[in-house]
Amino acid sequence: MSNAVSAVQGASFKGSISVKDAGLQGMITLRGDLGSDTLAKAVKAAVGVTVPGVGKINTGKKGSAAWMSPDELFLLVDYATADTVVAKLEKAITGAHVLAVNVSDARAVFNLEGVGIRDVLAKGSPADMSTSAFAIGDLRRTRLGQLPVAFWLDSDTTATVVCFRSVGEHVFNWLKAAAQKGTLPKYYI
Amino acid sequence: MSTRLQTGGRLIDRTKQIEFTFNGKRLNGFKGDTLASALLANDQMMVGRSFKYHRPRGIIAAGPEEPNALMGTGVDGHFEPNQRATTTELFQGLTSQSQNHWPSLEFDVGAINSKLSRFFPAGFYYKTFMAPRAAWKHVFEPIVRMSAGLGKAPTHKDEDTYEYFYAHVDIMVVGGGIAGLAAALTAGQSGASVLLMEQGVTFGGRALTDGVEIDGKPAAAWVKKTLAALKKLPNVQIRNRMMGAGVYDHGYALGYERITDHMGPSTGPRHRLWRIRTKRIVTATGAIERPLSFAGNDVPGVMLAGALRDYIADYGVSVGDRTVVVTNNDDGYRTAIALHEAGLNVPCIIDPRGDLDGELPARAIALGIRIENKSAIGKVKGGKRVEAVTLCAQAGEGGTLEEIKCDAVAMSGGWSPVVHLWSHCGGKLNWDFDQAMFRPDPSRPPLGADGTGFVIATGTANGHLDSASVMKGAVTAGKLAAKETGHKATGITPKASDEKASPIAAVWSMPQGAIYALKSKTFLDYQNDVKVSDVRLAAQEGFESVEHTKRYTTLGMATDQGKLSNINGLAVLADSLNKEIPQVGTTTFRPPYHPISFGAIVGDARGELFKPIRKSPIHQWIDDNGGDWEPVADWRRPYCYKQQGETTEQAVTREILNTRVNCGLLDASTLGKIIVKGPDAAKFLDMMYTNMMSTLKVGHCRYGLMCTENGFLSDDGVVARLSDDTFLCHTTSGGSDRIHAWMEEWLQTEWWDWKVYTANLTEQYAQIAVVGPNARKVLEKLGGMDVSAEALPFMRFKDGMLGGIKARPFRISFSGELSYEIAVPASQGQAFWDMCMEAGKEFGIQPYGTECLHVMRAEKGFIMIGDETDGTVIPQDLGLNWAISKKKEDFLGKRAQLRPHMVDPKRWKLVGLKSVVPTEVIPDGAYATDGTTRQNGVKHMIGRVTSTYFSPTLNHAIAMGLVEFGPDRMGEIIDFPTIDGDIIKAEICDPVFLDKEGARQNV
Amino acid sequence: MLLLTCPYCGVEADETELTPGGEAHLTRHGAGSSDDDFETYLFMRKNPKGVHFERWRHAYGCGKWFHAARCTMTLEVFGTYKAQTFEPPKALINNIKKKRPDWEGFVK
Repeated sequence: MSNAVSAVQGASFKGSISVKDAGLQGMITLRGDLGSDTLAKAVKAAVGVTVPGVGKINTGKKGSAAWMSPDELFLLVDYATADTVVAKLEKAITGAHVLAVNVSDARAVFNLEGVGIRDVLAKGSPADMSTSAFAIGDLRRTRLGQLPVAFWLDSDTTATVVCFRSVGEHVFNWLKAAAQKGTLPKYYI
Repeated sequence: MSTRLQTGGRLIDRTKQIEFTFNGKRLNGFKGDTLASALLANDQMMVGRSFKYHRPRGIIAAGPEEPNALMGTGVDGHFEPNQRATTTELFQGLTSQSQNHWPSLEFDVGAINSKLSRFFPAGFYYKTFMAPRAAWKHVFEPIVRMSAGLGKAPTHKDEDTYEYFYAHVDIMVVGGGIAGLAAALTAGQSGASVLLMEQGVTFGGRALTDGVEIDGKPAAAWVKKTLAALKKLPNVQIRNRMMGAGVYDHGYALGYERITDHMGPSTGPRHRLWRIRTKRIVTATGAIERPLSFAGNDVPGVMLAGALRDYIADYGVSVGDRTVVVTNNDDGYRTAIALHEAGLNVPCIIDPRGDLDGELPARAIALGIRIENKSAIGKVKGGKRVEAVTLCAQAGEGGTLEEIKCDAVAMSGGWSPVVHLWSHCGGKLNWDFDQAMFRPDPSRPPLGADGTGFVIATGTANGHLDSASVMKGAVTAGKLAAKETGHKATGITPKASDEKASPIAAVWSMPQGAIYALKSKTFLDYQNDVKVSDVRLAAQEGFESVEHTKRYTTLGMATDQGKLSNINGLAVLADSLNKEIPQVGTTTFRPPYHPISFGAIVGDARGELFKPIRKSPIHQWIDDNGGDWEPVADWRRPYCYKQQGETTEQAVTREILNTRVNCGLLDASTLGKIIVKGPDAAKFLDMMYTNMMSTLKVGHCRYGLMCTENGFLSDDGVVARLSDDTFLCHTTSGGSDRIHAWMEEWLQTEWWDWKVYTANLTEQYAQIAVVGPNARKVLEKLGGMDVSAEALPFMRFKDGMLGGIKARPFRISFSGELSYEIAVPASQGQAFWDMCMEAGKEFGIQPYGTECLHVMRAEKGFIMIGDETDGTVIPQDLGLNWAISKKKEDFLGKRAQLRPHMVDPKRWKLVGLKSVVPTEVIPDGAYATDGTTRQNGVKHMIGRVTSTYFSPTLNHAIAMGLVEFGPDRMGEIIDFPTIDGDIIKAEICDPVFLDKEGARQNV
Repeated sequence: MLLLTCPYCGVEADETELTPGGEAHLTRHGAGSSDDDFETYLFMRKNPKGVHFERWRHAYGCGKWFHAARCTMTLEVFGTYKAQTFEPPKALINNIKKKRPDWEGFVK
């Protein structure tokens, strides 16, 4: 897989915050009964974390599991292992009605770093970016500019933004424009 | 003359001189000046010509209500018309131009209109530009275009940037006067999050100009202390140069922040449009002074009394040496006193009221200022500048008692609360007879999502004209907002005291019985040149509704939306109709409060961010290799790949012939790919498709059709069965998101007990079509899996490896050739494409675009969603009955396809069309006619073309079309009239022009 | 600009994160249905001045369809609930009746 490339191929930008292509990232869509023990065990075995609560993301050493909808999780693993993890999940939940698919190549992922990340995201998302409404461990699916995205905070000063691959370039350019030096309203910081 | 005084001006810094230009003249001002105050300091009293009559107009106000002083500011990429001089902060190098005059401000040809004003009455346009039609084009329109319009549209691309910001807050406080400050502090100290915004630069509002005392000290001290306290609160954000522009449903509000306007061209966004969600809005937006209606009240030098006072106190600028004050309320006396204290002459205060017991009139008398009670201005004398006023009795018709020489007039007709933000979302108003003003009715506020009022009016915006009530009301408003947003409200009311005032007299016409000659020079709306006589005429002509009168006379229209004129205008209307003001009511208050820039509305959606473009993994390669882009939904796909010196047509022809003879490579990544899995997946797809999908064998592919419940075709594509309970559904390029949403809608809202999951995998895969007689050889060269006819027959797929990449080739064909569509991970799409190009070199491989795809599919008679379908076509129209299952009990669209019109044999049906002259391509969209004429004189149409091309393969023009009884008319020749009157004759034939047996694809 | 709470993910969603879906609680009449039933299903829609039940999809969020009870006059939102139901929840109906005593009640 040495010839695999991410959507924006390592692009990065440093302004009032830094925006970086996260590169190849293993991602899995898992749909099923999120309340079932079998599924919880399979997720634990696959990514090493428990099933997240509504609107949350749990991160462990092997990867992360994020709540996307009442019957859908979004798992983050190493790019190279995604197919293996899908196979493992399917095996572990045999018999139950589930759908596990590798979507690693269908998304673009960006890492944001800097004290102004909340302000940058608030330039495009109608979500409440205040600390009381959006904390580390929360995941929000929303609109950023004109496009659907999901984002979460990895720390007070780092965030991850995920969008569809085909618009990766647009989202990167949008983030770049929003993160220009000296343009943050300093509302959420 | 207007000039800078030796002293005074609390907002200017006399040590910092600033140079700017007005109509090319270089002028000087000070830091802290507005363009208006700097112009006045340079004796530039006249600043523009009026809209209709081109009358000389001067600055009349000191804030956003200014109707006259509209300027073009900046140059080229920074030029912007219609900027108010009164809200434009002066900066070094500012360039400004006056508007609406030709050839110059001083000498203007259009001013002749003023002499002809009796020929331009209310409704002039409606009455005049009626007939004859030719006159409109050759006479009226050219004249109107020359003379109408405020300002000029910019000629250069806007070089500035703009952005949005989404803010959430408990309480938004609009207005940084003492009411806003007190409300914000109360709410902030109660623990609520607060966003306080002030449209201007400084805080404190009129209280600082008008000498209000709070807690026994000048208001300035309290403002400073309060601002400091607010800044200490982490839950409070304070922003100046930010206007509360609009209030919308469910606590949504717009804030318009002008970030760099006061600095001139700068880096970073110029304006930021705040999109705010708030639980409560406190509108402390103050009040606007009303003009008085007397003849010549638009002559430069006539100004609102409060504004005149502002220019003295805030900017150290006097408007004239001898100022007559005319007022129907005590506040006007403040101006007389301020003028007197600044050492300027006040020849007379003219007051239509009688006995006055207020403190301010008493003070004026004590200063020795002459006061004429029960009096009025008959008219103002002067053209480009006030020269004198005539004094008359308010009760009379305007007979001159005395002429008073003066060079400025300060007028005050009372104050109107700025209720815009209260009213935008439906807050209702009451008419306060005592104070002669509309004020918010707290029992009828705009309602939020929870059904409770979410806007609270306070301060003068709530009709409190004395500072003691303002302070009390503001703290109450702050507490209420805090309480209603779930906080424990606390706050102490600062004490403010005021002079005892004598009551206002509602004076809507001055003098009361003004004769027509006076009324026709008495302006209500300065920006639109609407006079008292116009409103009276409108009423007389039957325009009784205030909304109709507005549109008929243009009262209250354009950029100021009647901030000065509305109340006076509707009072005149009420009087003309013999009604009370509340019976007439106000026009609707619509956002924005004050014009905001188009740039702010557009935000960042310009240039490369204008609209997201979806790009396939091969996009860059296509761009680098001659791809001629065309939009396909939000994607870009190459129409063709142009080689050096080729025309588009030549490129398309080459691509078709090469693909049919050798091998072509197509980026089909944009096709939708939706996975459908579950025990009920087969049952579900049987409902979604007209075909029977449940009988599809694992490893096989089937072409399927999707219809809406109306029966009309909505999408098509190949379905592959991956396993017993898993299907992969291909959709059209434009349909992937729509069809995925469509599937989810049915699963979530109709068949929620069915066990089916879907996932949209469109972008997970790059899909590369290797097409043509040599296709297999190319893949065999890549190696990794058996792609022979035996191992991978037509309409099958297989999982495996090709060239070291995980691949899933589908043996499907949209060209009629031997064809593999290979899905590989999107991240390796480019790598796989490169391998195919390399391996295919010896087999004559060439990339091809969408037009080649279209021609090849038309040669094969394959339909295209969007060409053969347009939302009114059912599969039966297209001869696709073979794809409609008769065994299924139900599917989406089945019931609708049985409606009488759907089974009508006269429905136009799909046929092939072969031009009689082989080189004549029928134009796109052409209709077929049968030579008869309909009753309305139109040719009777019996069909239309849906796809039309020149086929290089057949060396013949071919088309597909829908024709009445078409399939029964094979061999008939029908007419397609063209736009230029010619007729193209075409023979009805089978839509499959090439290889009907499928020998080429099934090898 | 409406603000509706998605009953699945609890997000108070901005109108721009949602797509509207028209009247809620329609009964599908498919193959074999009478002309009248089919016409009602396909074309007939309520357009009340007052209480209305409508469909929304949290399109930019969890992707789920939900229903909202809303006053078309004041835009007051009485509540939102999941779409997997044939009629509005009892508690919601009672709540609306309390706020709008003249309301005719839920009519399918």
